[in-house]
Amino acid sequence: MNVHIRNLEKRMRIENVSRRNMLKGIVSAGGLVVAAQIFPRGAFADENQYNTGAGGMPGGTVWDPHVFVSIAPDGTVTIVTHRSEMGTGSRTSLPMVVADEMEADWAKVKIVQAPGDETKYGNQDTDGSRSIRHFVQPMRACGAATRAMLEKAAALAWACPDTEVRAQNHKVIHVPSGKSLGYGELAAAAAKLPTPRANTLTLKDPSQFRYIGKGKVQITDMRDITMGKAMYAQDIRIDGMKYAVIARPPVVLGKAVKYDADAAMKVPGVVKVVAIAPTPMPAKFAPLGGVAVIANNTWAALRGREALNVQWEDGPNADYDSDKFKQAMADSAHKPGKIERNEGDVDAALAGAKKVIEHEYYIPHGHHATMEPPAATARVANGKAEVWACVQSPGGTRGDVAGLLGIPEADVTVNVTLLGGGFGRKSKCDFALEAAILSKDLGGTPVKVVWTREDDIRHGFYHSVSYQHVTAGLDANNKVVAWRHRSVSPSLMSNFMPDPKRESSLELGLGLIDTPFNVPNLRLETGEAVAKTRIGWFRSVNNIPHAFAMQSMVAELAAELGRDPKDFLLEMIGPARIVDPRSTVTSELWNYGDPWETYPIDTGRLRAVVERAAKEAGWGKKLPKGQGMGIAVQRSFLTYVASVVQVAVDKDGNVSVPRVDTAIDCGFCVNPERVASQIEGAAVMGLSIAKYTNITFKNGRVEQGNFNDYKVLRIGEGAMDVRTHIMPAGINVPSSGVGEPGVPPFAPAFFNAVYAATGKRIRNLPLGEQLSA
Amino acid sequence: MEVKVNKQSRTFNGDPQMPLMWFLRDELGLTGTKFGCGVGLCGACTVHVDGKAVRACAVGMNEVAGKSVTTIEGLSADGNHPVQKAWRAENVPQCGYCQPGQIMQGAALLLENKKPSDEQILAAMSGNICRCGCYQRIFTAIKAAAKEVA
Ligand code: FES
Ligand code: FES
Repeated sequence: MNVHIRNLEKRMRIENVSRRNMLKGIVSAGGLVVAAQIFPRGAFADENQYNTGAGGMPGGTVWDPHVFVSIAPDGTVTIVTHRSEMGTGSRTSLPMVVADEMEADWAKVKIVQAPGDETKYGNQDTDGSRSIRHFVQPMRACGAATRAMLEKAAALAWACPDTEVRAQNHKVIHVPSGKSLGYGELAAAAAKLPTPRANTLTLKDPSQFRYIGKGKVQITDMRDITMGKAMYAQDIRIDGMKYAVIARPPVVLGKAVKYDADAAMKVPGVVKVVAIAPTPMPAKFAPLGGVAVIANNTWAALRGREALNVQWEDGPNADYDSDKFKQAMADSAHKPGKIERNEGDVDAALAGAKKVIEHEYYIPHGHHATMEPPAATARVANGKAEVWACVQSPGGTRGDVAGLLGIPEADVTVNVTLLGGGFGRKSKCDFALEAAILSKDLGGTPVKVVWTREDDIRHGFYHSVSYQHVTAGLDANNKVVAWRHRSVSPSLMSNFMPDPKRESSLELGLGLIDTPFNVPNLRLETGEAVAKTRIGWFRSVNNIPHAFAMQSMVAELAAELGRDPKDFLLEMIGPARIVDPRSTVTSELWNYGDPWETYPIDTGRLRAVVERAAKEAGWGKKLPKGQGMGIAVQRSFLTYVASVVQVAVDKDGNVSVPRVDTAIDCGFCVNPERVASQIEGAAVMGLSIAKYTNITFKNGRVEQGNFNDYKVLRIGEGAMDVRTHIMPAGINVPSSGVGEPGVPPFAPAFFNAVYAATGKRIRNLPLGEQLSA
Repeated sequence: MEVKVNKQSRTFNGDPQMPLMWFLRDELGLTGTKFGCGVGLCGACTVHVDGKAVRACAVGMNEVAGKSVTTIEGLSADGNHPVQKAWRAENVPQCGYCQPGQIMQGAALLLENKKPSDEQILAAMSGNICRCGCYQRIFTAIKAAAKEVA
C-alpha cells in the first residue's frame, strides 16, 4: 500500500522533462490526456480548494458524473468506486462523499466496482494512503456536479430560473411553490445534460454535510461479509474454469531443471503441467517462473504439485543468509556512507561533544501475509483477456497483462474483486500474470491460480531488512548538538532497475531525510546493501525502521539524561515551525508525491499530536511495578501520528499491552469511524512487528511457511484497548493519509514502554524471547 | 458418501482425503468458508460439524461422512444470527476475509456456553487470525451477542 512505482518508472523514462512539469511529462510519456482533468488550484469555485499530487499519478483524476453516477427511474443511485477495497473503507468513504455532495439518500445508493481503466476513472493505484487524500476533492466535485445537473433538469422541467430550485435529500424542490421532483424522475433528463464546468460548481458548506465527517455510515459490504457472500479473488468461479497451483523457485532467480510431470498427471483430476519461464531481474512484477499444475479442483492441483518433485538450480542468490547479511549490513553501517542530507558539521560537533552516545537498531524482513493469499482468474481467448483479481493496482495490472500478451490495453478487462487484505502485497500483480499465462497456454480455458499460505510466505515481495546506526553528540548543557544516522537497507527499486544497493530518495523520504529534529549538526547517510530477494513495499514501508531507530534513540538519550521521554521528544522536535530540508538533501526530498506547499513538514502539528496522545493516556501517572508507558511520533504519508503504548511485563518476561492511545492529525477527516478502525488495526500490526515479524533466509530460501513459524498477533495478545484521538480539522486543512501512518510509531512506543517497565532496551527486532532470557 | 451441508444432503465420490474446505468451495461453490492457511492455523475456514466449530481445511471428507455441516451461508436464514447482528452493530470488519470464520467460531462458542467469561471468549477465538487487526471489536461484538442470547 504505498509508493508510486509506475509513476517513478514514468519519471525515469522522462528524466529530461522538467520534473516540475509533471503533467507535460505524463502526457508525453503515455498520452494520458485525462491528466487535464486534475484540479489546479482555483479550477472550481471553492476557497478551500488545494493542490495535491493526484495529477502526477497515471490517469490523474476524473470527476465527471457521467463516469461515476447513474440514477435509475426508481431513484436508485449507483455510484462507481474506482479504488480497490482492501479493508480501509475507501469503497464506502469515497462514494459517501459523492452521495453527500449530491444530496442523495445513502439508503438509496448502490456501489459498483470499476474495472481497471485509468483513462476513464483516473488513477486506481490503491496504495500510498492516497484514496481519500487524492480523491476527496474530485469526488466532492463529482457530487456537486451531479447535484447541479439534477437541479438544472428540474429548472428546465418547471421552466423556472435556476435560482428557484434546490436539491435536498434525493429530490429537487421548487422553492417558491414547494413542489418537488424525485431524483428518479429527473434522472433521464439530467443524464443528457453536459457536465457543468468546474468553475461553476458550488460545494456544500461543511455544516450541511449529512455523512462526510460523521462516521455513521456502515461499510458497503457489511451484510455480504457477515453472510459469507462477499467475493474475493480466491472465491471467483467462472464456467469451465480450471484450478492451478504453481511450484515456484525457492530462491529468487532459481530455475526448475527437472520434474516429474507424469507423476503429477497421474493424480486424478490433474489436466496439465505447464512450465512457466523465468524472468531475469529487474523483473518488476513478472512471475519468476516455475511449474504449474492445472486440475479440476484445487485439491487435485495441490496433490499434483506434490508429485512433481522439482529439482531446482538455485542461481546467484543461493548464498542469501539472514545472519550473515545482518553482519554485512552492520559492517556497512560502521563505515561512512553516502551523504543524503547534511546540515552543519557533524564531524566537528561529534569531536567537540561532551558526550557521544551511539546505538544500532535492526529490523528483519517482514511479510504482508494478507488473510486472503493472492489469487487470480484469467480467460485469454480470441486476442482478448479478462482477469478477476484482488489487485491494488487495477490500471497497472491491465497494462502489465496487455504487455505480457502483446495485445492492446483496450482488449484487457481487469475485474477487481474485494481484497482480503492488501498492505502493499497486492500492488504487485504477479499472480494475475500467472493466470493469464496459463489460460493462454490452455487455449482460452479460464484458469484460477490459487496461492497457498506457503506460496504467499515464501514467494513474496518482502519488507526490507534494515540496519540503522545512530550517533548523537551532547554538549556541556546536555543539548543534542550532533546527529549522525546511517541507514542500510536493500532497495525496492531493485525490482525496477539495476540494484541501486541503497535506499532511493523515495525510501529516504519515508522518515529519514525528512526528519524534523531540531539539531544543528545533522547528517543522514546510507550504506550499501544488495537486494538478494524481491523487496516490496509493506504498509508504511521504510518508515518502520526509520521511526524505530529515531524514536528509540530519542528515548535512549532521555534516559541517559534522566529526562522525561515526552518532554525530551518535544525538545528534539523543537518549536512549532515549518521544517524544510529541501535545500540540504543531496538528491530530492520525496514528499509522498504531493506538493510541498499543500503538505509541508509542520512541527506544530507534530507537537500537538504528541501532547494530545500524552494527555489522553494520562502520561506521567504512577503505574504499578512491571508496567510502563512509551511514546513515539511520526509524520508519514503527510499525516501526524503519536502513540502512547502502555505495557505490563510479568516476571517471566511476557508482555501485554493493556492500552494504546493514538492521536492522529490527518487533516480534514472524512470518515472518523474508519480512521479509528485503521488505527486499531495498525496497533495490532505494529505489535505483530514488534513481537514476531521475522522472515529469515537460509541458502537463499525463506525459512518460514505458515502461521506456525511466521507468527502474527492473535486475539488477546495485546492492543485490545486502542483509543483513537482524531485532531479536529476543518475542510480547509488538506486531507492526508490514514491507512499506513498508524504503523510507524507503534514499535518504538512499545519498546520505549518496555524500557520504562523493565529497564531493558530492545534494539533488535522482533522481541521474541529477549525479555525472558 | 453422503454429507449434510446446510440441511441439504450432498454426495461426494472423490478423494476421501480431500479436505471438507475444498469440497465446500470448489464443488459446492460455498465460498463463504475461506481459505487462509490450509493447515488449521488461522480459522478462516471455520464451519460447524454437528454443532461444533471445526476447521474445514483440516478434516477430510472421510471424517465428515454422514455428519451435518453448517457453513456461514447456512448459519441463519435471514443473516440475522445474534453474532451477525452484533458484528454489524460494532462495525467489526475491515477487509472482511476472516470474518465468516470468526462469526462461525463465535456462534459455536455461544451454542456451547451462553455466558462465556472474557477469558473463555479469548480462548475460543484465539485460533482465528485477523490480519487487519479487528480483535477489539470482535471481542466486544461477541460480548454483545452473548448478552442477546443469554
Ligand atoms: S484455512 Fe483452515 S484454519 Fe486456516
Ligand atoms: S478483517 Fe481482514 S483479516 Fe480480518
